[in-house]
Amino acid sequence: MESLGKMISVLRHRGPDGFGFYRDKSAGLAHARLSIIDLEGGRQPIHNEDKSVWITFNGEIFNYKELRECLEKKGHAFYTKSDTEVIVHLYEDHGVECLRRLNGQFSLAIHDAKQDTLFIARDRVGIRPLFYARAGGSLLFASEIKALFTDSRVRREIDIYGLDQIFTFWMTVPPRTAFQGVFELPAGHYMTAAKGRLAIEKYWDPDFLQDAAPRQEAEYAEELRELLIDSTRLQLRADVPVGAYLSGGLDSSIITALIRKFTGTPLRTFSIAFEDTKYDESSFQEQMVKHLDTDHSGIRCSYADIGRIFPEVIRHTEKPLVRTAPAPLHMLSKLVRDSGYKVVLTGEGADEVLAGYDIFKEVKIREFLAKYPDSRFRPLILKKLYPYLDNSPVKSLPYAEAFFNAGTNGYPAMYRSHVPRWSTTAKIKPFFSDALKEALRSYRGTDELTSFLAADFCRYDSLSRAQYIEIRTLLSGYLLSSQGDRVAMAHSVEGRYPFLDHRVMEFCCKLPPAMRMKALTEKYILKESMRDLLPASVVKRTKQPYMSPDSKSFFCENPPDYVQEILSESSLRKSGYFNPEVVSLLAKKCSRNQVLGFKDNMAIVGIISTLLLHDIFIDNFTSTDNIAIKRTMEDGRYAAKV
Amino acid sequence: MRLKFEIRNFITENFLYGRKDNDFSDDVSFLEKGIIDSTGVLELVSFVEGTYGIFVEDEELVPDNFDSINKLSAFISKKKGNGNNHAQTYARQ
Repeated sequence: MESLGKMISVLRHRGPDGFGFYRDKSAGLAHARLSIIDLEGGRQPIHNEDKSVWITFNGEIFNYKELRECLEKKGHAFYTKSDTEVIVHLYEDHGVECLRRLNGQFSLAIHDAKQDTLFIARDRVGIRPLFYARAGGSLLFASEIKALFTDSRVRREIDIYGLDQIFTFWMTVPPRTAFQGVFELPAGHYMTAAKGRLAIEKYWDPDFLQDAAPRQEAEYAEELRELLIDSTRLQLRADVPVGAYLSGGLDSSIITALIRKFTGTPLRTFSIAFEDTKYDESSFQEQMVKHLDTDHSGIRCSYADIGRIFPEVIRHTEKPLVRTAPAPLHMLSKLVRDSGYKVVLTGEGADEVLAGYDIFKEVKIREFLAKYPDSRFRPLILKKLYPYLDNSPVKSLPYAEAFFNAGTNGYPAMYRSHVPRWSTTAKIKPFFSDALKEALRSYRGTDELTSFLAADFCRYDSLSRAQYIEIRTLLSGYLLSSQGDRVAMAHSVEGRYPFLDHRVMEFCCKLPPAMRMKALTEKYILKESMRDLLPASVVKRTKQPYMSPDSKSFFCENPPDYVQEILSESSLRKSGYFNPEVVSLLAKKCSRNQVLGFKDNMAIVGIISTLLLHDIFIDNFTSTDNIAIKRTMEDGRYAAKV
Repeated sequence: MRLKFEIRNFITENFLYGRKDNDFSDDVSFLEKGIIDSTGVLELVSFVEGTYGIFVEDEELVPDNFDSINKLSAFISKKKGNGNNHAQTYARQ
């Protein structure tokens, strides 16, 4: 019990409303509760009728009311009003197949005491995290890695192959993490543990195969609208008030408008503004606030703010970052919590499932250029890309052509869409120390990526292939984790994502590619289906992805104290990941405040975040929290105060 | 010679960070050698404009002017030789 207590106590930010435990001869479960549904009765772990099946669960099952109705008809007796109890009974009836019936975002563990088995699972796209490690003869699992590290048998060491992957793909390819011997259960997968054996299976993957006859455009638009109305309605289910993030872009504006128009819920919205106008979208946010008449509040973020909170952000992301973008979202979740809210809906996911990013436009443009490589006029279309970037790779056409036509740069051809991004990110690796370079000399992260992705994704058309890669890499490994769950849960806030309702995702993936991107109009069918809900200026607006200042956050007028120390020669030599001389030249360049390209911005963020990760989890990890656990029931249940 | 020396210094310090592959001739293509890419070239433009008081027009932003030490030094010399450049620069500021 002491071990369970230590593990859960470092996760109290995820669930500050109470701790619960279950323990029998072969398994122990712990839970930190963020009470959102069934505030009085939903304490976990929760059991079935004869107390032989126990669950600990993080997340939400949005269709729990419908599932409960069916289960009650079948004779199941419920003792709470929670969504969690629904899973227990569904598991009794359907075993691992229960996952296919769940509409939700979750990580869960079910212990069947009679069968002496453990079943752990994660939602389809990886909204809620789940990590595991082996320690002696035990399997340890938790929502965050720091809980595993409270067990002294789990080694704390950076995984150099994980570093190589992050400095290419922005994420580690599951099950690998940034730490050796610590693994991530991939999105859409479950694990069973029985008689000392572990087995991991996939139960869901985005499927872009076009296997239905095309329909009229209006039908697609209507169906998408109905699905989004329903997913938003379901995701508003909570026994606490629900707010929304409003970035000023199309997707969050749509979600906010749907809440406003199709539900009676009073609406509270939250947003980020930046002192640096290059990143600021507040004029569009104000426009939507006025249009929808919401009760709005926001934060205004400076360079120094980002630098100041960055170590705390890394403590939550538990992996190096190549962008500072999670930091303002960490600040925003604090505002949400301080405003008395625990749940926010956001527009995350629309860009991936409906082809919103410029990386998808690149795919079409490169194909267009390749048809007539000698054309003098075709390259002009490159100017359509990245209009929001100051330091854009398309500012000069001859250079843009060289950039986008660089071939596959040694990457397998099926990754062509992502080669410019990965090649640019990989330019961080020359900053590695000689020893690290030598250790990684023959390592190729794409081999692991290829075995992780579905074998048949190569059969998709080029746009769908790029979207599939994006969903399986950046969405689950970065946007939903470092920029999503981890920085929201840092302040006990739960993000909900109507675009990632699996019915919406499955519908969008099966849309003809031209419905997702028509010519170079991104998210075409979404705009058509929601046009009447939004001001024309928001619908027509050129997409500006959410970004925040990088290098300047560490080299501004009031730089954070730790930067100089962490980039010192002695600190760099001690950790051994980077070459001190080269890093020193980069730091000098950053401090001159001159124009910086992507690679230098990514390099300095990557280096600082890796060194912070090392400092927090390798050199100075502490888990001294002790909580007083009391036995509350004879059936194996225990509890403790937060 | 001084001009080429200054350009080489800037390239070495800002793109190669003193790495071992800084031993390249004045004719080597920055793009082919992977020294400067399409975003890096904007850093180079900023250096050229700030250091030599010239203004680079969009249409001048081509590899013929920026893709080697020799090409860049010839471009700067040509621009500096054009008396209108300073006036243009200030007029645009």
